[in-house]
Amino acid sequence: MNRILWVVLPVLLAPLVWALLDWAVFNAVFVPNLQACQQAAGQGACWGVVAEKWRVILFGRYPLEEQWRAGIVLVLWSVLLFATAARVFKARHGFMAWSLVLPASAVLLATGAPTNLWGGLPLTLILSTVGFGLAFPLAVLLALGRQSSNTWVRSVCTAYIELLRALPLVTVLFLAAFVLPLWLPTGVLGEGLDLFTRVLLTIALFSAAYLAEVLRGGLQAVPQGQGMAAKALGLNAFQRNMLVVLPQAIRACLPSLTNSFVTLFKECSLVSIVALFELTGALSLALAGDVLWRSFYLEGYLFIGLVYWAYCFGLSKTVK
Amino acid sequence: MNFEFLNDPAGFGLSEGWLQIAFDSPYWHVLLAGLLNTLKVALPALIISTLLGLFIGLGQLVRHPLLRALCKGYVNLFRNVPLLLQLLAIYFAITQFFPIASQAWSLGDSFFFSKSGLAMPAWGGDTPVRGRFSIEGGWVLSPEYLAVLLALVVYTAAFIAEVVRAGIQAVKPGMRQGALALGLNNSQVNRHVVLPLALRVMVPSLSNQYLNLLKNASLGVAVGYPELVSVANTAINQSGKAVECVLIILVTYALLSAVASGLMNLLNTRVNRGAL
Repeated sequence: MNRILWVVLPVLLAPLVWALLDWAVFNAVFVPNLQACQQAAGQGACWGVVAEKWRVILFGRYPLEEQWRAGIVLVLWSVLLFATAARVFKARHGFMAWSLVLPASAVLLATGAPTNLWGGLPLTLILSTVGFGLAFPLAVLLALGRQSSNTWVRSVCTAYIELLRALPLVTVLFLAAFVLPLWLPTGVLGEGLDLFTRVLLTIALFSAAYLAEVLRGGLQAVPQGQGMAAKALGLNAFQRNMLVVLPQAIRACLPSLTNSFVTLFKECSLVSIVALFELTGALSLALAGDVLWRSFYLEGYLFIGLVYWAYCFGLSKTVK
Repeated sequence: MNFEFLNDPAGFGLSEGWLQIAFDSPYWHVLLAGLLNTLKVALPALIISTLLGLFIGLGQLVRHPLLRALCKGYVNLFRNVPLLLQLLAIYFAITQFFPIASQAWSLGDSFFFSKSGLAMPAWGGDTPVRGRFSIEGGWVLSPEYLAVLLALVVYTAAFIAEVVRAGIQAVKPGMRQGALALGLNNSQVNRHVVLPLALRVMVPSLSNQYLNLLKNASLGVAVGYPELVSVANTAINQSGKAVECVLIILVTYALLSAVASGLMNLLNTRVNRGAL
């Protein structure tokens, strides 16, 4: 069996790999030259489409002359994200770094363009990271509430978690993007919340339900004696959870938390369905309206696929 | 809240589905057709992705380094790219690179692949024929359907493969060694010792993956496949009954989830009793 595989697999794979290399490298066009691309079509990839459109693909509708702002945010957040995953800082320092970078980035981006023009990879990073950050405290409350001895608290938390987990994200986003504005009292919140904020809050509320379930697993991994011992030492409920139970629970479910973040990062691609142009939406923005370059969509998809892959695979490997 | 609008004519048709949707069909009729479309893509995807995932998951554990690397590569590649992106890329590839219907690729003159989808012989003996401008007759799967099905299969299989791998690796080596020492041969060990123990670990995670698949079918909206969520979105735009339609989605998905987890729980108890 082993020997047969050694013969069969290479024989099957070699032509495939060769054809792929032929298309992606040897016959590919790397310069943004439309004529060369059209000539190579069918035989070679047109990476020129990325060279031509990379600014729109990476930054969406963010104004061209202000894109250095989005660029800074992109680099800063990527570095910080991977540093956090690699646990370069102590938890306290990491928290401080994020709480400095976050408002600074918000100011930096907002002075360049209003939120409805934010887009591309920075938007994906912002939605997933801030969404996760907002969801986390809520998830802690929900997970603790689900274990509460108070029937009301327990059933409200359980209902919230189970209801949101039963709904597809597309439905919730659709609701937040198109239906919610019809109900929001515009007078109270000025012009109401903008689309970006509504989507961000939706993502946070939605992923809190999933995170709560992950945390519940972590909480169950902490031996009951830990809480009891803390109680015997005279700690109150808040201190017991914050100082004894939660730190152990979070450590126990760190791999699942990373998985949840990676899932969220990928799911942020869905906001392109409700007209926010994060990475996936920005690609459509760059190509859908351009009759000349439109036929090279596949190369565009492969390029942003590579970007997503680098973040998702990189993050899960860094945490391990 | 008022559900009377469900009896009003919806005023929009669906591009495909088992139910005949006329222009004056009521909303409930159209929504039901959407639900059937969800199941039509989710159930085959569930079966195919389980088989593919099983194969790739086992492939991650074989001693053959090339096969193992291939299976690991598959998992690492498809798990780390958004499903939406895979779906859009597949849909684009079908509509861009497949030939037009009159020049469809055929397989034995009964299967035809083209930009308009896949036509194949239907149950009643209705075989598709190459017409002048299109493929006529037969059982046709639209390009939207094929794209959603393929994307769901490819993506979910990567996750199921991980579930299978983790399940089998969770069986302690001592179990296998013990069984071998008792004189069981390799296939007996796998069937009577490793598989039953691995299934206990796998079934809960598998049911999670199936529920995800069911929810992920809602991405059909991105390529215009008329499944429940996409139909409900149109219904909201037409009728303005947002709360009602979202409630319908919620209740439907909650019911589907309940049925699915009920079935998986049943399987779980059987597996834990060792009855499988």
